[in-house]
Amino acid sequence: MRRYIAFFKMRLMAGLQYRAAALAGLSTQFVWGGMELLIYRAFWLEHPERFPMGMEALAAYVWLQQAFLTLFALWQWEPELIHSVRTGAVAYELTRPADLYGMWMARSLAVRLSRGLLRAAPVILLGALIPAPWGLRLRITPAVFGLFLLSTVLMLLVVCAFTMFIYALTFHLTDPNGVMVLSTAAADLLGGAIVPLPFLPEGLRRIAALSPFGAMQNVPLRIFGGDIAGAAILQAMGLQVFWAVVLIAAGYVLMDAGLRRTVIAGG
Amino acid sequence: MRLYFRFLSIHLKSAMTYKASFFLSCVGHLLVTLNTFLGVTFLLDRFGAIGGYTLPQLALCFSVILSATSLAECFARGFDAFPKILREAQFDRMLVRPRSLTMQILCQDLKPTMLARLLQAVVMLAWSVRSGAVNWTPAKAAVLALMILCGACVFFGLFLIYAALCFFTLEGLEVMNIFTDGAREYGKYPFGVYGKGVLYVLTFLVPLALVQYWPLQYLLDRGPAWYGLLPLAALGFLVPCTLVWRMGVRHYCSTGS
Repeated sequence: MRRYIAFFKMRLMAGLQYRAAALAGLSTQFVWGGMELLIYRAFWLEHPERFPMGMEALAAYVWLQQAFLTLFALWQWEPELIHSVRTGAVAYELTRPADLYGMWMARSLAVRLSRGLLRAAPVILLGALIPAPWGLRLRITPAVFGLFLLSTVLMLLVVCAFTMFIYALTFHLTDPNGVMVLSTAAADLLGGAIVPLPFLPEGLRRIAALSPFGAMQNVPLRIFGGDIAGAAILQAMGLQVFWAVVLIAAGYVLMDAGLRRTVIAGG
Repeated sequence: MRLYFRFLSIHLKSAMTYKASFFLSCVGHLLVTLNTFLGVTFLLDRFGAIGGYTLPQLALCFSVILSATSLAECFARGFDAFPKILREAQFDRMLVRPRSLTMQILCQDLKPTMLARLLQAVVMLAWSVRSGAVNWTPAKAAVLALMILCGACVFFGLFLIYAALCFFTLEGLEVMNIFTDGAREYGKYPFGVYGKGVLYVLTFLVPLALVQYWPLQYLLDRGPAWYGLLPLAALGFLVPCTLVWRMGVRHYCSTGS
């Protein structure tokens, strides 16, 4: 375990170096969130009674979504890993005295966490300065906050396990681009990136909530806003655990099978 | 001009060599904007209308912005990829050639896969025409064409500024995304929906509303006929863009390697 933690730390520190890029990204994120809320505001002013979630919960959702974007944005793949499988450079990685799945998983977690940490705080701060109900209300109970943190960790696991599953698939496919394109689009639609899950039509919403994509940003963002509360929290987090376990197991098996078939020519 | 068309055909041929990859990128680009429109559909389904606009009217509005961005992204790709051109010192080579810089950069790259989005725009437009969102007259059809073409020019101007800023920063500024990718994303609703502040910024500062919101009012019979001519005024935006670009080129000094 210690070597995976070391690997994780190494990547985390490398990621934290790009402070200027993070700062430039910030204003983009802030404008993006603002425009998003302005649309919902227009709908809200006309038909507040047709809103499936409270405006404050929605505002929290949008601001946190922008703040933690890099934690769960599925389109931020790691091209290096896929490239190494395709070119065969993965052979170098295999010579290391560590399990490939664990090593890459630690790396994925660290990359996402470092990008997310740099960007989150300022967006949250700015979001909190905006008056209610459009701003991010920070007054939540410690219990809810704890659950939010726990579910964020679970989300990160599900997201990374999903990307690992796709990387593992690369061992079996010649070109993973098609799968990546499709899964990114599905995640946008079913994960609550286009519109939060409660805004989806009923049938689609049920499917989305049960899918692995529904176990990503959907859960922590809505726990924070108070949109998922009480027993629903347990259910949603149970699904997160379920998908994390299933995806990690599937990715591990798939990668193992792929590696067993891999023949590395010397030279 | 003949030279430009030669380059176009070369880029097209090279893109078509890898058919599967070409097709996949098309699908990828298409899914992004298709999802965007699905989001609009879901919200309209729930709320009925926004700011008095119905879904077919929004489809018309989005198809204008979508066509404009995909045209600009396809043909002005060289400016979009300018940080790379600059970093790899290809710009030095361009400076010594006896052709205009703009022309050379335009010839540098083409992104035909973006045209897949044009297909979506055409389908949305056809649907909106059929559902009778607008009482069409020849003048209105001409205004629509003007909106798309001038819109593409405004986006081209934005790419020009983006490229010019690279002379000072050497890397692409993510902030510019607000006006390029962002505008495509927000353009799904008429800019008036976002409130007066946003509308004024997009009218006087970056004139995207001049090719979308104001002429749309004319198309939907909500505003006077001269609103239909405003896309032409948006072309004025190209003046400051060109100035910034010139300034950038003058500021450039090669590493000489």
